[in-house]
Order: sequence, then C-alpha cells, then structure tokens
Amino acid sequence: MAQYYSDMVMEHFTNPRNVGELEDADGVGEIGNAKCGDIMKMYIKVKDGHISDVKFKTFGCGSAIATSSIATEMIKGKTIEEALKLSNKAVVEALGGLPPHKIHCSVLAEQSIKAAIADYYRRQGVDPTPLVGELHDPDEKICEL
Amino acid sequence: MDRFIYADNAATTRIYPEVLEKMMPFLTEQYGNPSSLYSFGQNARQAIDEARDTVAECMNCRFDEVFFTSGGSEADNWAIRMTAEALAKKGKKHIVSSVFEHHAVLHTLKALEKQGFEITLLPVYENGLVRVEDVRNAIRPDTSLVTIMFANNEIGTIQPIPEIGAVCREKGVLFHTDAVQAVGHIPVDFAGMNIDMLSMSAHKFHGPKGVGALLIRRGLRFPSLIEGGAQEKGRRAGTENTAGIVGLAHALKMTCSEMEKITPSLIERRDRLINGLLERVERSRLNGDPVKRLPGNLNISFEGVEGESLLLLLDDKGICASSGSACTSGSLDPSHVLLSIGLPHAIAHGSLRLTISGDTTDEDVDTLLEVIPPIINRLRSFSPVWEKITKGEHYE
Repeated sequence: MAQYYSDMVMEHFTNPRNVGELEDADGVGEIGNAKCGDIMKMYIKVKDGHISDVKFKTFGCGSAIATSSIATEMIKGKTIEEALKLSNKAVVEALGGLPPHKIHCSVLAEQSIKAAIADYYRRQGVDPTPLVGELHDPDEKICEL
Repeated sequence: MDRFIYADNAATTRIYPEVLEKMMPFLTEQYGNPSSLYSFGQNARQAIDEARDTVAECMNCRFDEVFFTSGGSEADNWAIRMTAEALAKKGKKHIVSSVFEHHAVLHTLKALEKQGFEITLLPVYENGLVRVEDVRNAIRPDTSLVTIMFANNEIGTIQPIPEIGAVCREKGVLFHTDAVQAVGHIPVDFAGMNIDMLSMSAHKFHGPKGVGALLIRRGLRFPSLIEGGAQEKGRRAGTENTAGIVGLAHALKMTCSEMEKITPSLIERRDRLINGLLERVERSRLNGDPVKRLPGNLNISFEGVEGESLLLLLDDKGICASSGSACTSGSLDPSHVLLSIGLPHAIAHGSLRLTISGDTTDEDVDTLLEVIPPIINRLRSFSPVWEKITKGEHYE
C-alpha cells in the first residue's frame, strides 16, 4: 500500500521508543512552539559522562514524533560528546529520508537533545555555550511567531 | 485492511456506479467529437445537450446559462477574472469577498490585487458566517463583484446566499458564489437565490473528477478564459469532455433526487458524532456554526494534539479524514479558515474534519466514536502541550 512516509518513519511513529518523561532527569530541553505546530521535549539521565537514559515528549506531526523517537535511540548509551555530534542529517538518513518540508523536524530533534545537554551542564555549574554552541529553533525561520 | 471508513467526502466522493455506467459509452465506442457534423459526432452533441438540460432542471437555471468547465477551480477563476477584466473598463476595480474562501478564489483575488484591483475580504466571526450587513457596507460605487462561497469546505458553514444576492441586486453589483461544497448536498436554486454566477464541481457530488460548470445568468457578457474554439457558445474553448459532462449531469440528478431522503439521517449521524466526540474527549470544541452547516460536515479541535499525527493513526485504523493542521499543508501555518474564526494557532493545529455521506452507516459512526478518543488520549499522553494544559500553564 502506498504511504506518505518511509517505512522507518512509520515504524517509529506508530511504535515510538523511549516515550515519556524522566522524573529525576539530569537535563531537560525543549525546542519548538505550539503555535508552529511542533514542540519536542527531551529528558536525559547522565552517568559517568554517558547518556544512561533518555525519554521524550513530542507535540507534532508524524515525522516530528518519529525523529524524536529515533534520535533517542541514537544517543542512548553514548557519551555526551557523541550525543552532541548527532546531526539532523544523520537522523534523516536513519529514517530512510523525510519529505523536503519535514526536514525541520530532524533539526528540532537535534536541537532538543543539545538543549537537554545544555541544561545538564548548567545544572553542573558549567557554561554550556562553548560546549554545545548556540541553540536555535528551526521553526523561527519558517513559521510566523 | 479489513476496515475502511471514508470520512473525507469534502475532499472527493465515491463515483456512483450508475454515473460511470452512463459515462462508459463516451469513453469507448461513442468517441465522436461533438463539434463534428456527421451523426457519429452528433450523438455526442445530443448527450451534452441532454446533460445541459438536466443541470438546468436540477439547478433551476436555463440551459443556456450552463457552461461546462474542467472543474470548480476553473469556474472560480473564470468568473472572477473575467468579471474583473470586463468591469475594470467601466472604472470598477473593487471586489468584495470573505477571508475564508477557497484558495481558487483567494489566490485569484491576490493575483488581481497585484494588477491594481482593490479587494475587501469580509470577516466571518466565531461561527464562520458572513454578515449580510457587512456585504452591504463594503459595496462601493466602484465595486464590480461580490464573491462569497455557498458553504465552507472546512467547517461546512452555510452562508446567507439569497440575502447577500438581494443586497447585490439592490446595489447593482454582480454576485458570484463558489457552490462547490453545496451543490448536491443542500438545495441550491440559481434563479431563486439572486445569484449571477455559480461554480460547481462534479466529483464533490459522486460524479467524476475533472469536470465542473459555471452557471452564468443570461445576458451577462464577459470575456472567455480559454480561447480557441466555438465550444460552449464560443465562451469556453476546448473539445468537450463528453463522458465527464454526462457523468456530472447524472450525478447531479441522482444526488438532488436523493437529497431530501438522506439529509435527515445524515444530520442525525453528524450530530451523534459531534456530541459523542465532545462528550468523550475533554477540551475539544466544534468549529463553525452548529446548525447552519452542511449535513455531512463536522470539524472539531482537540487541544494538545497535532492534526497530522492524528490523521496517520486514523489511517492506520482504516479511517480517511482531514485536518487543518499546518503539517498537512506543507507550510507551518494552520488552515486560514480555522484562523479566520479566531482559533489560536495551537488549537487550529489539532483540528479534525470528518465529512460523511449517504454511504456512512450507524456502525461507521459507532466505530469512529470508539476509535478516535483513545487515539487522542494516546497522542496527549506524550504531548508536552497537553502537559502544559493539564498543569494550567500558558502554551499558545
């Protein structure tokens, strides 16, 4: 049967991994805006410099939910440095591609992970900017706020 | 997939088998060109003439007021562009319309605006209805045309067409209505509703795609949109879509004759869906007037969920529906219709449009009421927006 999204997007959309929140999270990051139709919220737990656990909550379209889901799988168990290297491009590739106007969802996933790590650093009393870089909301460019 | 519920009849409808049957000869052995002199061509000519008579009978217009087109969009473009062009020569360069028209109208108006025309778009208020007094107040000495849709495609609200038409007559201004969502679904009376031009599209009333009509009141002369031949009395060139035209007429005849019979049960099922969903799902609201709406249309917003993910999960359950969410449009802005009735963006993203038809059964309604609420709850369970709502935080 023909479908709009790739099989991988549909798989992660219908059976999202790591859904929910972490009560005792070490870092929480949120990117997006309800007005633009998507918000991603990432919760991370850090142990010995590794992302020991990760959960997400997402308000958004199918690809927003799928990118959040696969992104959590891609950073779980990885070091913070590795997690920071996760690019939106890698997320798109792992999903077997996204329709052109859905690429911003993958940027949301990348940025929400960076936002959670930035929050973790802040809680440790470390200035996150030199380590994480400037965060940006992709919706700001394409949605009239 | 074992279940299939088609609840997107505002997008398109199932072609009736009887309609296809009437069309088939003209797609196969009766392929003559209606403009040809020999009887093989004249057979097709006769079928088109009969179709024109049928349309005239169903719409209460004269047969020479019916002009077949490629569909509703062409009819809208033609009516608006050519009225604008013709009356601009008399110094009339102002057009009145509404903010929630179909894009076939709005984008045409935008193009005219760039060419120096002045456009006034009337508000539609929270109930999604144009006010007749607003039309009256908007008309100026240089107004050439008022174009207001008969029924809205997203929220189904039915506009006060005869009253708007009466104001236009009184003021000496032409009145066009995009009746694409209305024809075949509610009574539409061309001669009795003070309408000068009316657009319709066959596939919205169980006919084929790619064929529609513009009704033009007798005596109105304005230029053609498509030049190149003597078809449609020289006003719309191009070899006639004989099969499509025959199909349009037969579908119109069928839907208009069954309308009285199916409308009460359609309204009953629609209202059972509306009330059932509003009862079962907290923080949901009906968009558009509850009474002055198409018998088969319901449009509900669910706070804290996003429409596209809702549609995908419904599709997974074999249910075809539609949403005004941005994600379904390719931009990040939700439907202009939902914004026009004052819905905040965040709530407009969570809208669901179900448009049922005479095919929809009581069992389908039961299934929809059973399937939709758990899907909403599931999406809300991991929605950060819903989390904010339940905590009483601001989220828009």
